[in-house]
Amino acid sequence: MKRIVLWLLSTLTAVVLLFGYHTSTAGPASTSVVAPPVAGSSGTASGSNTSSSSSKTYTGPSTDTRWGPVQVAITVSDGKITDVTVPVYPNGNPKDQEINAYALPILTKATLASQDGSVDMISGATVTSQGYATSLQGALDEAGL
Amino acid sequence: MGLPVTLAMRGRHTTDALADAAWERVVESLRDADRTFSTYRDDSEVSRINRGELALDDASATVREVLTLGAEAALASGGAFDVWRTDENGVTSLDPSGVVKGWAVDRAATLLHDLDDTDFCLSAGGDMVCRTVVPGADPWRIGLEDPHDPRQLLGVLPVENGAVATSGTAHRGQHLVDARTGRPPSGIAAVTVITRSLTWADIDATAAYAQGIDAGLWLEGRPDRTALVVWHDGTTTTVRTAPKTSAA
Repeated sequence: MKRIVLWLLSTLTAVVLLFGYHTSTAGPASTSVVAPPVAGSSGTASGSNTSSSSSKTYTGPSTDTRWGPVQVAITVSDGKITDVTVPVYPNGNPKDQEINAYALPILTKATLASQDGSVDMISGATVTSQGYATSLQGALDEAGL
Repeated sequence: MGLPVTLAMRGRHTTDALADAAWERVVESLRDADRTFSTYRDDSEVSRINRGELALDDASATVREVLTLGAEAALASGGAFDVWRTDENGVTSLDPSGVVKGWAVDRAATLLHDLDDTDFCLSAGGDMVCRTVVPGADPWRIGLEDPHDPRQLLGVLPVENGAVATSGTAHRGQHLVDARTGRPPSGIAAVTVITRSLTWADIDATAAYAQGIDAGLWLEGRPDRTALVVWHDGTTTTVRTAPKTSAA
């Protein structure tokens, strides 16, 4: 069982995610999202079925951050997230590119790691991720995970 | 600035009403810390102190507790870590963020101790408190990210009971400076510290990082710590020190 919230040191909280969490004592992962949903989160299912059986891509809402919009897409196969991509992200100046090169890959990895059980958590330098998590929440809502 | 806070649970109470209620208390505790300490909020106690509207002696007990921790951290680090900042105009202001994060997560984590036979790992922005009480349970597996390539892990650290904090600059640019010089440290890429409390793991990771090439030496003098220093060239130094009866 894994829950995520964004704790904002600048503004009030927004996102609460509840992930099914596979552990030796908890049994098979049953992934679900619980309330409260993000205000204004209206994800869109793009329904881009890829080659394999039941794989489907869900795209979260484009979410504004101080650096520009961020949008997250997840690919779900048999109820599990198999890929996370970030089709829209700010890249207006070199600082943004630096942020993107580092922050988004680690967030993607964290999303995948949280359900595959290879690691429980990742320790690293603090990630700026409000927009990412907000859009991810929308994509998860849309996917019904 | 948002910090993703993640709670992983296993054992008896993971999906029931007790677990949900505990999670809500955790979130409320973190929000309370935010309301009190945020330098981004005009109505926080810290902002009122910085505007001269609130004397330190009149601050709440929690603020004074955090200020005491900040003073201990400044002393222990020879001033490399300090919650008081003086700008180029000589104006001193309070920014306790470097202490508050670990302290607030430690405080919130205690709210989960009421859950019988339940292990948890509570993470805030890559720093976490782990607790294992279920007999025979595996330790929590904490991946240590490679500061030179955050898509890679340097390794996986098994932690049963303890706290892990990492300081570095990979994700937010050069946001850490040596308080003595006001400049970013050199030669160092990241420091991870494991010890009993997240308050001190976080302070020590930040203080060690701020000292640049002296990080390993300084960590040798800290009690009951395990630490990994990643240098700029990708080499690493591991430090492990014995518990001491008299220190933080």
